[in-house]
Amino acid sequence: MKYVDEFRDGDKARQLAARILEEVDPERSYRLMEFCGGHTHAFFRYGLTDLLPPQIELVHGPGCPVCVLPIARLDMAIELARREEVILCTYGDMLRVPASGRVSLLKAKSEGAQVVMVYSPLDCLELARQNPDKEVVFFAIGFETTTPPTALLVRETAEAGLENLSIFCNHVLTPAAMHGILAGDTPLGLDGFIGPAHVSTVIGSQAYEPFAREYGYPVVIAGFEPLDLLQAILQLVHQLNQGRAEVENEFTRAVTREGNLKARQLCDDIFTLRDSFEWRGLGSLPESALCLKPEWAHLDTEKRFSFQAGASRENKACECPSVLRGLTKPHECKLFGNPCTPENPLGSCMVSSEGACAAYYSYGRHQLPQKADILAVGN
Amino acid sequence: MAKINFNSGKVEMLHGSGGKASSDLIEQLFLPLLDNPWLQQQNDQAAFDLPPGRLVMATDAHVVSPLFFPGGDIGSLAVHGTVNDLAMAGARPAYLSAAFILEEGYPLADLKRLVESMAAASKKAGVPIVTGDTKVVEKGKGDGVFITTSGVGVLPEGVHLSGDLARPGDQLLVSGYLGDHGVTLLSLRENLGFESEIQSDSQALHELVEVMLQAAPGLRCLRDPTRGGLATSLNELARQSGVGMLINEDQLPLRPAVKAACEFLGLDPLYSANEGKLVAICPAEEAEALLAAMQAHPQGEDAAIIGEVVEDDRHLVQMKTSFGGQRIVDWLQGDQLPRIC
Repeated sequence: MKYVDEFRDGDKARQLAARILEEVDPERSYRLMEFCGGHTHAFFRYGLTDLLPPQIELVHGPGCPVCVLPIARLDMAIELARREEVILCTYGDMLRVPASGRVSLLKAKSEGAQVVMVYSPLDCLELARQNPDKEVVFFAIGFETTTPPTALLVRETAEAGLENLSIFCNHVLTPAAMHGILAGDTPLGLDGFIGPAHVSTVIGSQAYEPFAREYGYPVVIAGFEPLDLLQAILQLVHQLNQGRAEVENEFTRAVTREGNLKARQLCDDIFTLRDSFEWRGLGSLPESALCLKPEWAHLDTEKRFSFQAGASRENKACECPSVLRGLTKPHECKLFGNPCTPENPLGSCMVSSEGACAAYYSYGRHQLPQKADILAVGN
Repeated sequence: MAKINFNSGKVEMLHGSGGKASSDLIEQLFLPLLDNPWLQQQNDQAAFDLPPGRLVMATDAHVVSPLFFPGGDIGSLAVHGTVNDLAMAGARPAYLSAAFILEEGYPLADLKRLVESMAAASKKAGVPIVTGDTKVVEKGKGDGVFITTSGVGVLPEGVHLSGDLARPGDQLLVSGYLGDHGVTLLSLRENLGFESEIQSDSQALHELVEVMLQAAPGLRCLRDPTRGGLATSLNELARQSGVGMLINEDQLPLRPAVKAACEFLGLDPLYSANEGKLVAICPAEEAEALLAAMQAHPQGEDAAIIGEVVEDDRHLVQMKTSFGGQRIVDWLQGDQLPRIC
């Protein structure tokens, strides 16, 4: 078992697709939300949408870490990065997201701000040691997948007694976003969820049980490989045809019911719930994000620095908020493809390797019924 | 002449001043290692004869981090880069120049290793480095060593390769496993701590090209898919020729270790750099002969036909996936970034 090719076997994929076709009731539709942007990209990257019958409609969810971060928080990060004494560290995908006035961290960097891309939050420790005269800030973003590494950074910073390192915490919670979508004013007419892959390795399949029990939606947790996705769709169709709504776990090679108890404990030690947090697209959601517990307040960037809250400006024509809710398909946005492209993104969903607009543009624009100019090369 | 300490010495500003220290460095490092009659004359330029044919010229600036990596270093890379740029035109590389920008404080022992590696690569390729220059920048203003090489070569009679010659129906070939160089560097660069046996594929390709030109006289174009990988090269060629490309995922030569590393990091091997591979486009009727000739050569033994040129006024590169689906293989936007979630 090498864990790559086995889950990309073309023959098995066609067999699964045939079984989905057999199972699908031609008289009805199946509106399935894949929560993760990683799922959205896998569907397009492997051309899986071509294998699915027309009754299956995929609704793309908000599971893209850089996409759901509101512009105001990114504006704060850019303001920090521009301070003489600050070195701001964050993940690569975050660097290209446009904030107010279309300024990104990458643009701020070219204008002299100190911005460093890290693969691991723990890289900040070394940076802080090497730059005792600077304030190193880790711009922490993401769902439960990236939360434990940030927790580890908090603990190790404290243990090392580093006084020039702080954490700008923007971690958000997947179940809260799912509640937000289901409780929204506009009904999405969803039939079921393809549950998160990597997030679920941390929080476990139990986290989705309320969605099956209380809202009556089947949830099938799926890995990011093509066979994972086809298998999950088959299971969802099966449940729906039988009138069941249960949490099923397709991704058993990585996800348990309880999740990663060690990681969860570590996060509980470090973080506490915010009363509410503003999400891009989903608005303000109660108890949907984390901040550092009071005993770690000395490492909390928001406590260490004072911010001048300027007015954040969204591009009014950008449909990212509506795309993130699953209400608008990427190519229905007026800006899609012209002028908004991965090279010249106007909204966060066009930036990330997890954003829905980027998936549509990069892998699938040849199939979209759209204005001809978006197909032009490299525009 | 002051004897330079190549064990513990460091690059000093004086080494680039043009004075005595510069001259010492040339005499004790560059001349003996890169040894050839043109350098020995110690002029600021080299004069040479060339066989008849059109001249081809290329230049390539090399910056790489780290400077030493499994399968090569910036020295050998600087030779291979320019030799391959000449070879992609179908030219026989003849002479190289090299310009070094050194950072003050860089260990002379490491510099010596780099120049030794450069000398070995140049000797193996049969392309001498006949003139050069060295400058030193203050500590903190460089990244150890930057090397720019330029080269001239001669185009044999009747050879005309160009990126705008691809026509619908032509076949696409690659000379071997893709993405090795990029993944090797990434695994070292970012302290990712995963161990692999992947090595950079850095090598000179002009001998392979010579064999290919004999096997497929109708060869349309060659390109070395360096930065941006295969995907970027195909997009460039599609645009230049005003055509589309259709490749087959199942036919792409990818090492399991490269695939696994890319998977782990959330990257796509199609965008990962190569430093010793080429893409070839040839008329369909010559494809099998070309493939056989490539596979019979040590630098092309893993060569494969990966797809074909198609008519498409949108100039898209598309890929048939292993599942029978089809998707765009787009231009690389900025750097490849690993996914977060």
